[in-house]
Amino acid sequence: MVITAAAAFPAPAGAPAAETATAPLLTVRDLGLEIGGNTILSGIDMAIGRGEFVCVVGPSGCGKTTLLRVLAGLRPPTEGEALYQGQPLVRPSREIAIVFQEYAKALLPWRTAAANVSLALETMGYPREKRAARISELLQTVGLGDSAGKYPSEMSGGMQQRLQIARALALEPSVLLLDEPFGALDAMTRQGLQDELLQLTKSTGATAFFVTHDLEEAIYLGDRVIGLHARPGRIGLVLDIDLPKPRHQLETRELPRFLELRHELFSFIKGAESA
Amino acid sequence: MTALDMRGAVIPLALIAVAELWARAVDLQSDSLAAPSAIFMAGAKALASGEMLAATGETLVCALGGLAIGFVLGAFTGILLGIFRALDHLSEVTFELLRPIPSVALIPVAMLIFGFGYWTETSIVAFTTFWPGFLLTRAAVRGVEPRLFEVVRSLEMNLPDTIRKIVVPAVLPRMFVALRLAAGISLIVAVTVEITANPVGMGARMMSASQALRPDLTFAYLLWIGVVGWSLNAVMEFVQKRLLGPAVPLPRSGA
Repeated sequence: MVITAAAAFPAPAGAPAAETATAPLLTVRDLGLEIGGNTILSGIDMAIGRGEFVCVVGPSGCGKTTLLRVLAGLRPPTEGEALYQGQPLVRPSREIAIVFQEYAKALLPWRTAAANVSLALETMGYPREKRAARISELLQTVGLGDSAGKYPSEMSGGMQQRLQIARALALEPSVLLLDEPFGALDAMTRQGLQDELLQLTKSTGATAFFVTHDLEEAIYLGDRVIGLHARPGRIGLVLDIDLPKPRHQLETRELPRFLELRHELFSFIKGAESA
Repeated sequence: MTALDMRGAVIPLALIAVAELWARAVDLQSDSLAAPSAIFMAGAKALASGEMLAATGETLVCALGGLAIGFVLGAFTGILLGIFRALDHLSEVTFELLRPIPSVALIPVAMLIFGFGYWTETSIVAFTTFWPGFLLTRAAVRGVEPRLFEVVRSLEMNLPDTIRKIVVPAVLPRMFVALRLAAGISLIVAVTVEITANPVGMGARMMSASQALRPDLTFAYLLWIGVVGWSLNAVMEFVQKRLLGPAVPLPRSGA
């Protein structure tokens, strides 16, 4: 179920404002990426609307992280195009925030939690006198209100990942790109953070692009789940997740529909891995 | 002092006692050796007269002055070439040609340019300490977590801020290790220049004591230079601990 360019882009360049408002926030057209003669991604088409929560799953080496890096503007595609609000993504932008899997490597170990969040505010030129209030507000939002003075090395993995999310939110991004953000955390911490993330994207209206290898996590979080085939990475499955919201860790996961979707996604991944 | 340190002092103290006993037993009258007590007396006299301290001051001015100039230039170059690979490739041959020059081989050249005095010595120390500053800082910059540079890019941070807020704090612990190394080298080079050519400082006094056939004073200067070197390292270690708090992680080996 690949969204064709014609269906996804009714508005040509220079279309009236009313039409661009309903146009997708992120669009990917026939995107391909080659690195050193290896085709990593091929023929990817997708459109992500404002406020949507899209999860990407696939066997290891299917290029899901690479796709995220293209959307981050960290790696230009070699074929096709990736557009943000109709403009090609050629470099990173503060409107698109990234949350990396390895939180320990993405935080500044010599800065406290508050100062790590401040880094984003300093860079975006946030007024100095309002900074302290904004920092404590952001730390409150991710449940780190009491840890402002702690260094990352003094925080647990879950707290460090919360801190990275707070730094991303400081940018007030339209899009949050999350690369297996909860992959290294224990199950209880992960579930807690999943619910907080859903809450955050709902309250900020941010669009989320969430890469994971956890199929249940993808179904639980997503409005849509995209399954990738490997070598080269290409879209093999698009699942619209029609589960009721707000999601609930126990009830949602026990719904027959959840199990059906899980079954479908699981079969796809099994097929994709053996392919 | 801990119990371990006390045990470490047993052997040197025993050796000194043996040397003293031997010197007294044979009634040592030599132009090349002196009894520990004689060395101690000569050292105490030179210290009390102020001559030894003046010499120490002269040597330290050259060593630390040269270290400041050489290391800062080296660290600055290291950061620049660590960030800009193109610049690094461009200057590679130049630096690789200059680097193998032994610092003592520069003594005649420096004498030619600066003559006797502080600048001859300072310039040679600066040349020598440039290298650990440059090479270790450049390696440290290249060892900065690549993820941090992606964070920087996604924040759209400009270059001056990237250097100030990311690169410098990230390489500071390794740079300090380099500085300690360079401080040790600076003293060695300064004394070497003084012994071979420059008539100032502890090296020159030691040389003239040797030429005056004063083994007691020669050995007293030798030991004093050791004390100065040890103190310099202790000061650096103290500053390192005070300056770099627990928040700064130790450099990872192999990175």
